[in-house]
Order: sequence, then C-alpha cells, then structure tokens
Amino acid sequence: MDLKIIWFILIAVLYIGFFVLEGFDFGVGILLPFLGKTDGERRVIINAIGPHWDGNEVWLLTAGGATFAAFPNWYATLFSGFYLPFFLLLLALILRGVAFEFRSKDEDPRWRLTWDWSIFVGSLLSALLLGVAFANLVRGVPIDAEMNYVGGFFNLLNPYALLGGVVTTLVFLMYGAIFLSLKTSGEMMYKARATARRLWMPVVILLLIFLVATYLSTDILARLGVDPGVVPVTGLAAVLLAGYFIRRERDGWAFTMLAITIAFALITMFMILYPRVMISSLNPAWSLTIDNASSSPYTLKVMTIIALIFVPVVLIYQGWSYWVFRQRIENKTEKLVY
Amino acid sequence: MDSLLLARLQFAITTVYHFFFVPLTLGLSVIVAVMETLYVRTGREVYKEMAKFWGKLFLINFAMGVVTGIVQEFQFGMNWSAYSRFVGDVFGAPLAIEALLAFFLESTFLGLWIFGWNKLSKRMHAATIWLVALGANVSALWILIANSFMQEPVGFVLRNGRAEMADFFALLLNPNVLVQFPHTVLAGFTTGAFFVIGISAYHLMKKDKVEMFRQSFQIAATLGTMAIILVVLNGHSQTQEMVRSQPMKIAAAEALWETEDPASFSVLTIGDLAQRRDVFAIRLPRLLSLLAYNQLNGKVRGIYDLQAEFETQYGPGNYIPPVAVTYWTFRIMVGAGFVLLGLAFYALFISMGGVFETQPRVLKLFTLAIALPYLANTSGWLMTELGRVPWVVYGLMKIEDAVSPTVSGGAVLTTLIGFTLIYAALMAADIYLLVKYARAGLGSSPAEGEDDEPLPSLVGAQD
Repeated sequence: MDLKIIWFILIAVLYIGFFVLEGFDFGVGILLPFLGKTDGERRVIINAIGPHWDGNEVWLLTAGGATFAAFPNWYATLFSGFYLPFFLLLLALILRGVAFEFRSKDEDPRWRLTWDWSIFVGSLLSALLLGVAFANLVRGVPIDAEMNYVGGFFNLLNPYALLGGVVTTLVFLMYGAIFLSLKTSGEMMYKARATARRLWMPVVILLLIFLVATYLSTDILARLGVDPGVVPVTGLAAVLLAGYFIRRERDGWAFTMLAITIAFALITMFMILYPRVMISSLNPAWSLTIDNASSSPYTLKVMTIIALIFVPVVLIYQGWSYWVFRQRIENKTEKLVY
Repeated sequence: MDSLLLARLQFAITTVYHFFFVPLTLGLSVIVAVMETLYVRTGREVYKEMAKFWGKLFLINFAMGVVTGIVQEFQFGMNWSAYSRFVGDVFGAPLAIEALLAFFLESTFLGLWIFGWNKLSKRMHAATIWLVALGANVSALWILIANSFMQEPVGFVLRNGRAEMADFFALLLNPNVLVQFPHTVLAGFTTGAFFVIGISAYHLMKKDKVEMFRQSFQIAATLGTMAIILVVLNGHSQTQEMVRSQPMKIAAAEALWETEDPASFSVLTIGDLAQRRDVFAIRLPRLLSLLAYNQLNGKVRGIYDLQAEFETQYGPGNYIPPVAVTYWTFRIMVGAGFVLLGLAFYALFISMGGVFETQPRVLKLFTLAIALPYLANTSGWLMTELGRVPWVVYGLMKIEDAVSPTVSGGAVLTTLIGFTLIYAALMAADIYLLVKYARAGLGSSPAEGEDDEPLPSLVGAQD
C-alpha cells in the first residue's frame, strides 16, 4: 500500500487515540467543580486521572509531530491557519498541566481554588476548541492557491464549528463521568454515575443534530452517500447502548461504548476528509491532499519503519500503566498524591 | 507591526524559558534515579528519603518543562510555516520521533513513579525513574538532531523546491550532533548537580537533616565534578567543530574582524560596532589557533573576509551576526563554566574531607552558585542561535524567508503577550514552590513508611 495512505491512517489513529484517552480526562477536569465539593472529593477526582493525563496528552504531541514529518504542508497550513484557536488551546493545556502538579503542593485554600479553576477552564476550553477545530477541518476553510489559510479568526467560529465544540464538550463530559464512576467508590461513584445518566439524553440529541448539520455543512453526501455506512451508524448505536449500560450500572461496558462512539465519529470525519487533509472552501483544486502535502517517499519509509517498531512498544507500556492503576480509588486522603 | 521581529522575539522568549527547566530535568532525573538505586541496593531509609525529597523538586520543575515544551512542538507551524514547508521533510522526522520515543516514555513512567510507591516492587519503582531519565535524555538527543540540521545541514537534497531527506543516518551522525548532544546533556547534569549541592549546602548551614544532606552533597559533588570536566573538554571540541562548520559564528564570538594566522584569543574587547572596529582589546597571541586546531599556527578567518566570501557565494546582503551579543554570551558561558569547574573541585574536596558544617560562608557560596549553570546554559544557547543569524538553516534559508506569510503582526503580538504573561505568572508560582520545598526539608516525621505522600505535615490539614 502507498505509504501516504498509511500515514494518513496513522495520523488518524493518533488523533483517535488522543480523543479516546484524553477525552475522559478533559471530561473529568470539567466535572471537577461540580462533583468535587470538598477538597477531599477533588483530590479523589484528580487522582483518578493523575497517573494518566500526561501520557494521554502525548498522543496530541505525537499527532502534531507525525503531521509535521509525514505531511509538512498540512502541519504548516493547519497551525498557521488555526492560529488563535490553537494559541488558546496551548494556553489551556499549559494551565491545566501545571495545575495538576501544583495544586496539592500548598495547603492555602485560595491556592488550591486557583488551580482547581485552572483545571476546569483548561479542560473546558480544550474540549471546545478541539471540537471547533475538527468541525472546521471537515467543513473546509478558505485556503488559497499557495496553501495558505486566508480567513480570519472569526471565520473559524461559524455555527457548525461551534456546534462541533459543544458536542465534543458534552460527549467528553459524559465520558469523564463514566470514567469517574469506574475509578472511584462510594458516594463519588454514585454521583458520577447519576451525572452520566443525566447527560445521556442531551448527548444523543446533540449528536443527532450534529449529524444532520454535517449533512448540511460538509460534502459528506457526495463522499459517503445518503446512507453514510456502517461506521457512523455503529457510532450512534454505541451511544444508545452506553445509555442502556449506565442504567444497568455496567460502567465498564458503558465506557467502552462511548469510546467506540468517539472513535467512530472521528473515523467518519477522516473518511469525509480522505484523500484531502485540508479542504479549501475557495476552490476544490486548492485543497491539501495526501499527495500535495506529503513528505518524500524516503522520509515516509524511514518514519514507517520507526513507527512499526515503536508504536507497539508504546501501546504495551501505556496499557501496562492502566493495568497497574486498575483499582478504584478509596476516599482516604492520606493516600492521595494530588 | 513587523511580524518577523515579533515571531523571532516569541521564539526567543518561549525557547529560552523552556530551556530554563530542561537542563535541571536532564540532570536531576539521573541524580534521583541514582539515589533510589542506592536505596534499593542498600535498603537504607536515608536514600529513600533523599529520592523523595529531590524527587518532589524534580516534579515541580518537570511540570514546567513539559507544558512549555507543548508550545515548542507547534510553534514551527504557527509562526514559521514557510520554514516548516521548506525543511519539514527533514526536520519533522526527528520531532515526531522525539514524541514517539521520548515523550511517551517520560510521561507514562513518571505517572507510574509518582503514584506507584505502593503498587510496584522496589526494583520496578526504581526502574521507572531510570526510564523517566532515559526519556528526558533521549528527548534531548532528537531535538538536538533537529537543531543540528539548522546549524549544519547534512543528509538532504534540494528537490521539489524544498530540502528533502536523502540519508537518515547522516542526519543522526551529523558532526554537530556529536559535539552538541554531549555538551547539552552534560551541562544538564552540571545544572542538576549544582542544584543539589546548593540546596544541600543551605540545609547543612542550618544544621538540618545533616546526614541526608551530607550524602546528597557528596553524590552531587561527585557527579557534578565529572560532568563539568567533560563539559569543558567537550566545549573545546565544539569550538573546533564551529571553526570548521560555522566560521562566522566563531569570528563573531571572538570579535575577530580581520583574518589572523596565527590567531589571537580575545580576553576582553570593547568594540565600536558602528565602525566595526575595536576601541580597546586585550588579546592573547596564538591562543585562538591553538583552540581551533590544537597547534600554535593556523588561519582563523575574520568577519570581513567571511562577509566578502558569503556575498560572492550567496549574493549581496549582511551575513554578520550581532557581534556584541555573540561575543559576550560566549564569554559568559565559558567564564561561568570555568568558575563551576573550580567550585566542583572545591565541593568534592570538602565533601571528601567532611568539613561542611564549619564553613558557613563557603556553604552560602554554593547556594548562590545554583544560578551559574542557568546563566551558562542560557548564554550558550543565545550564542549558538544568534551566532547563526541571518540563517535559520545555515547556508540554506534566511530567517526572513521562514516566517508564516499570512499570520498578521497583530496575531503574533497577541500570542507573544499571552505566552509572556502566563509564563511570568507560572514562573512566580514555580519559584515559590521550589523555594518552599527546598527550604522545608522533609518535615519532622521521618517514620512515614510506605505512605504515598512524603510531606505528611501538608496532608494532615485535609478534611
């Protein structure tokens, strides 16, 4: 198979990995002030994602690096084009990352409150902006013949993109709530489960609205047809099943189902894109594709060999770290690190 | 608004700031790993206490290094899209490999190290901090492979209007990597060692936890002495590499206007930059030839000759880097390096003799010396990067051609202000925490056993 296609798939996999993993810790971060009323509760919530959030975030960094290596023009157009949203995303990620490490290192309540709010704002803003960015990616943005983005900042805040941001945030919220119900015990577990249950209906409705909006705002009809095929349908079926499993208190299954919804939604998105990587709304001929945006065959070959060796290694040790911390967190504050 | 100038300023601020945290990560990770290994080997609690105390400071610093590193990964695309398109085929690969090989390793195993004190066996737990240290240093290797391509482009061909990779192994074995990587990592070890020496000295002065801080001091003095000797020796090789690959940089660093053979070394030059001549200069004859070629004769080309040469080769333009900055940052780096060399030997000497407690003045000196490696690290990078001006990739692409063409000056200014403000706020929080934890020692109760939290006094207040 053509290495360009492999790298398109690999980058898709990296973004899917990022959404499926960091999605729940964004959700947990947004839930922090709502489910964590006391300092003890907040520490339980943060400790649930404590060992993992940093490793999860590396999926985004690797996706960025892989885009640079395999499709330099995609990297250049995307980040110079989505300039201000991306700047805000970076600020959000910085604030949130530092907050996790700093919040417990001083006992002053104002200090802790500051960092708790940083976690909340950083997580919320990240989820929103990622949704906005990916919705714009499938919708298409003004790109000129020189592969440069020529729209402004507010061009990116169109209704479809904003809807994408809201949907992403809400899905992550529910996903985070289910993760918390899996990782905590006692009252926190019940609270988290109840939250997930309450979020289910709005999530389903918004996902359906978003699907309709996608038919109106993108060229999905030309790409995938009236019946979009098994991937998006499976994604929707999974979110319905997630609701069923939450009611049955089968948190593990509910979590898996929502992970499938997130993964399949992104696969659908990349199916709409392919073989383009950035769609020009000005002229279809100006779109960036896997052909005109890619690196040389030699670079792709080198990168493929390295990815084939190291991606499995990473998956094994990251999987192992989830295994080590598979137990539920008990609400005994003296055992909590964060 | 001049977006080129603002983008350069932004790169300088974010990179210098990022590299404020990185060297300590490189060195302190290894030092903590050594301490925990000693604990596993000997079973002595004092080593565990040490690993936890220094580990805490390591974590505070590490968090800052990580979050400021995120900006670095995306900044090339945001502000330097023309650069990214032109060299992405070569330059993107090491960045992607860095993320895949190093970032995953350090972040995943750091999570295991922080949260795994009760969940992993002693050996396995010590292994996780070694893997964090490995990840950090592997990260340095790949980013320096990328940077070395900018200093000395190798292993590429110009094709399809861009630089394309032709030989991956040439990229890895770039002569510049071979001198720059050890120099950077060893400077990191020196930074870590002097950090530990300085804070240990503070506690020894207060006669606080004497046993633990003596041992810490001794471990750091030993590692630090080895590291700084190697930094200095390696710096010499690096100068020779620079004479060969970037003659203009060494000419600027030496304020050598005219070609000399044998070439003299500048001890102190006060120049008139407008007139491009020296007002006052103390120069040691033949020393620069000796440094450049290990012999007393040898031609070192001066700025004027190189400028003329570059104009014939690359067309008209100004090929002279900012001489004053290059000159002084080089001197600050080398000067700080030699002071550190002396201090390291002195630290080793008194730690061998066991005469810490009697010399409060000396101990205070070591605490102040924590700043020196930072000064040297920052100056070294400023010299390396500014000495390459006007090139972003030496001989291939000028800085003015590298900037994003469609990002407005206003947008760059917005992000410049945003990053600077948040970085300033975080710096304040970071220093507050570092000082607080460095001063606090370990609290009064050493008998915490297998508890997760090394600072019981801070946890007791929880509801």
